[in-house]
Amino acid sequence: MTTEENSQPYPAGMRILGIETSCDETAAAVVVDGHHVLSSVVSSQIDIHARYGGVVPEIASRAHVELLTPVIARSLIEAGIQDDHVDAVAATVGPGLIGALLVGVSAAKTLALVWDVPFIAVNHLEAHLYAALLEDPEIELPVVVLLVSGGHTLLVLMEGHGNYRVLGSTIDDAAGEAFDKVARYLGLGYPGGPAIDAISMEGDPQSMQFPRAMLNEGYDFSFSGLKTSVVNYVRRNPEVHTADVAAAFQEAVVDVLVTKARRAARDHGAKGLCLAGGVAANSLLRERLLDACVADGLRAFLPSRAMCTDNAAMVAAAGWYRLQSDGPSPLDTGADPNLRLVSTLS
Amino acid sequence: MLIIGIDTATMQVSVAVGGHEGVLASTQSSRGRQHAEVLTPSIEFACKQARIELSEISVVAVDLGPGLFTGLRVGVAAAKAMAYALDVPMIGVPSLDLLAFPVRFTPRLIVATIDARRSELFYAFYRQVPGGIQRISDHQVGSPDDLASELMASGEECLLVGDGAIRYSEVFEGLKKCEIAEEGFAYPNATSLVMLAHAQALREQWVKPWDLQPLYLRKPDAEINWATRPGV
Ligand SMILES: [Zn+2]
Repeated sequence: MTTEENSQPYPAGMRILGIETSCDETAAAVVVDGHHVLSSVVSSQIDIHARYGGVVPEIASRAHVELLTPVIARSLIEAGIQDDHVDAVAATVGPGLIGALLVGVSAAKTLALVWDVPFIAVNHLEAHLYAALLEDPEIELPVVVLLVSGGHTLLVLMEGHGNYRVLGSTIDDAAGEAFDKVARYLGLGYPGGPAIDAISMEGDPQSMQFPRAMLNEGYDFSFSGLKTSVVNYVRRNPEVHTADVAAAFQEAVVDVLVTKARRAARDHGAKGLCLAGGVAANSLLRERLLDACVADGLRAFLPSRAMCTDNAAMVAAAGWYRLQSDGPSPLDTGADPNLRLVSTLS
Repeated sequence: MLIIGIDTATMQVSVAVGGHEGVLASTQSSRGRQHAEVLTPSIEFACKQARIELSEISVVAVDLGPGLFTGLRVGVAAAKAMAYALDVPMIGVPSLDLLAFPVRFTPRLIVATIDARRSELFYAFYRQVPGGIQRISDHQVGSPDDLASELMASGEECLLVGDGAIRYSEVFEGLKKCEIAEEGFAYPNATSLVMLAHAQALREQWVKPWDLQPLYLRKPDAEINWATRPGV
């Protein structure tokens, strides 16, 4: 009896409260055993930041302080947890905006202390990797994950839990950043991803051709030249339809992303391709990745749109796997705005 | 009644536990910008020293600022989370009140100051009253010279306290009738917080965790720039 308990320090049915405040979403969620989502509450600050054309760190941090307690309360109520008791508290400790991260980390550690349960420090990028697994726990490894958001563009080979290799990343702008910049230039507003996605439906992506930087070299990405080409093209052709420009731009980004992800999967014998991050909500990207998987005989893991953008369910899920492998994190853990994705088995 | 006080609004992190019998335990640490790292273990340590369980806490008090935004939020976020988890009320006390309280035994005008960076101070005026202090001005943000002219105009004897007055001591040392309190009083601390909160708790002057707001006294830069952008 005792030996069994010792070999399984964290028995099944563990309810983990996840907390996410790394950027402009205040989120809390309760997930059982890393895959069964009891609740996932996200309070987006997009409206607060829209008029500034991007996330303002000080405004984001202030909003987190105001929103976090009610968001946590709602996540516990929606999860049907009456006694306010969970089995562990996981929070994003980086990468992200330092002031914003600290709000979540500080609240999470305090809750863990008061409830006398483990605290788990979670890497935001690792959490994104787990978003797809959350909805598809039967996932067969290894998979190549294309993680694309406003802050990140990564191609990751995931061979096991906590065992991944970053194959490539952007050398300048993140994919989501390119969407935001081009959308702003075209007067489509903020955030740029959904705006370009929507207007591209009415445009002809073949009406002009934008460059695909580094298409055939390695797994790294570069998007700043593409943005410059768009600006130059519109300057030379002021009469051009905005929808056509947006569609051709989106086509170029998606083409590069899918080509490289596909090659990475082939080169590393991956069983599937997985999308993660806010840009993974893009319709064309989802469609093209699915086509590629069908053509190459790979499984496609496309998380729901809610699971692509920042949320706390993925934090709770990643936290559960971390707890199994590393145990609880110390209560003197701080936040690290530049935290990187490193394999635990390198 | 047991009160925990959490103070992270300046360079210091301090935590205290107390109630009717006064302060039972307190911690203080000045590791600079490491508020989040230091705070949680400090809470744990203070409770251990006071030989109490966190579940015995009946009020969570917090330094509301003004101060350093990032540090301040670490304490406020922790305090709100704790009050929520324990299902107990909160009491917020401004940092400047906490500075004035330990130097209250003077008939002089007390001027509490906190270094607000960017060559400015957060400050407010206080007077001793039976059993404590009373704030007799708004919380203000201004340059050391602004404050110095205000003090000169009042002509009153005054005691300046806080890291703001110490940092700009050359501005105030020239003033007649003005003295700067020694370094030991430079930062707010959780001991004063628990004592001031206790007085408020007896009058049941508390708030719910979601109603408590930090005192920033300054708008975010982006908001200021937006309001003053050309064409508006
Ligand atoms: Zn993210």
